[in-house]
Amino acid sequence: MKSVIAENLVKTYNKGEVKALDGLSLDVEEGTVLSVLGPNGAGKTTTVRILATLLAPDSGRASVGGIDVIAHPEKVREVIGLSGQYAAVDETLTGWDNLVMFGRLYHLNKKAAIKRADELLERFSLTDSAKRPIKTYSGGMRRRLDLAASLIVQPKVLFLDEPTTGLDPRGRQEMWGVIEELVKGGVTLLLTTQYLEEADQLADDIVVIDHGKVIARGSSDSLKKEVGGERLEVVVEQSNIAKTLEIVARVSGNKPTLDEGLRKISAPVSSGSLALMEVLRSMDSDGIHPLDVGLKRPSLDDVFMSLTGHAAEVEEVKS
Amino acid sequence: MSVISDSIVITKRQLLQLSRVPEVLIFSTIQPVMFVLLFRFVFGGSIETGQPGGYVQLLMPGIFVQTVAFTLAATASGLAEDMKKGLIDRFRSLPIARSALTIGRTLGDSLLNIVVLAVMGLTGYLVGWRPTSGLFNVALAFLFLLFFGYALSWVGIYIGLSARDARVVQNVSFLVTFPLTFLSNAFAPTTGMPRPLQYVAEWNPVSTMVAACRQLFGLENQFGATAGSFPSENPLTMSLIYMAIIMIIFVPMSVKKYKNASN
Repeated sequence: MKSVIAENLVKTYNKGEVKALDGLSLDVEEGTVLSVLGPNGAGKTTTVRILATLLAPDSGRASVGGIDVIAHPEKVREVIGLSGQYAAVDETLTGWDNLVMFGRLYHLNKKAAIKRADELLERFSLTDSAKRPIKTYSGGMRRRLDLAASLIVQPKVLFLDEPTTGLDPRGRQEMWGVIEELVKGGVTLLLTTQYLEEADQLADDIVVIDHGKVIARGSSDSLKKEVGGERLEVVVEQSNIAKTLEIVARVSGNKPTLDEGLRKISAPVSSGSLALMEVLRSMDSDGIHPLDVGLKRPSLDDVFMSLTGHAAEVEEVKS
Repeated sequence: MSVISDSIVITKRQLLQLSRVPEVLIFSTIQPVMFVLLFRFVFGGSIETGQPGGYVQLLMPGIFVQTVAFTLAATASGLAEDMKKGLIDRFRSLPIARSALTIGRTLGDSLLNIVVLAVMGLTGYLVGWRPTSGLFNVALAFLFLLFFGYALSWVGIYIGLSARDARVVQNVSFLVTFPLTFLSNAFAPTTGMPRPLQYVAEWNPVSTMVAACRQLFGLENQFGATAGSFPSENPLTMSLIYMAIIMIIFVPMSVKKYKNASN
């Protein structure tokens, strides 16, 4: 069964001038994790806001847990959890205060709300800081508390909008751990991210979106295949560029790209380190010395390059 | 009814905030107290009233009304802050009535007003304010003041949800409340104003509120403008009408705004 369905969602801002969503469609199978991957301004947050009933689309249809989000938003709210890009908790209150308050707003009685708050604080390793104002929390702790607040009543579908944006590497690792736990528990999750690595780590399926449209969909393996897996990069002297281009083209079987300013030649390779050795051997026998050489794992930029032919543009669209 | 219980949770949140950051309560009380003392001792000596007990008798109703009018700014900036932090999004994603947040917030700001009015009344008493109308009428006046603050709080909700930036909210609120409170009979006789302004002052809801409170505190409203106009003859009725108008306009508008709020 599909827990989340979005069909042809269109959303414009500023009287049609800014097209945030341009016929976006996606779906999430029950009990699986879908990652919506895209740069800033691609329409990730707008998608989540529509699915979480915070925003009405201009046109298109969407349902969550089998309930139409436009016709019955109040029923959708009973089955979802939402944790946003900016930690949406009351910073002057303590972690415990926040969870009890949200528990009460989910209509738990006082005793149940307190019990649930204690459980969640324990589960997210926040018990020691339970009685401190959120202001004093680290970024990672804040996100965990925000996530806890979205899990007060077991949601059928959980939306996480860029759960690790702005966190330091440690905070990100902690957050991933927490989300992986949730996923093991069988939650249906839609997660947005700018990081391919994150989508790779957490999601069963990935949709890549750009300018409000889905431009690719698949498992992270199939996407990577599409991108060409790893890229081989080699930097050489100006005089050796032509010869090196030939070698890289022959070994990789792909047309290499050349960054003239950096004198960097790169091409997707499927056999990784073998291709690297082959290229180095050929260069050596031609007497070419690389200035720099390496294999690069595909990044979001590479996915974009290969799917759209342009780099991931970073632009802020107000949503 | 879940609207009521949800609203109470929101109001409690505000009280909890006050207990976590007591400075907010302290400073929102100090400011009006400072106004009482400043006006009492700076202007009190130079404004001739002929009123038994002097200027402070006329001043106190004026300053009470000014203070509750500033509820508008408090509500607006509180809400703008919640918007900015993303809390409004969280509340809107919860299965609660759409009006609960706005009702809870306006109630919370009114509760804060009770404390502030009490402290001001006490300060006024210490510097010579003596209402002569008996307990019932004094209580009625305070009830009136609370309602006025509550009504304006809804205007604050609308402003707070409309502004794109919390800093703008401060400015807009002051742009609304300052002319409203000073273009009135609150601190000085309106008779000194240019003629057209006198009419504005006379019909200003703040003036009718101040006049109503003066009446309820057992005073003659000496700072009123031209006698004979409806608002100066019937300040109580007129004030009630104004409050009703404000609520009728801004309650639905604010709730609708909240429903479609997006930052």
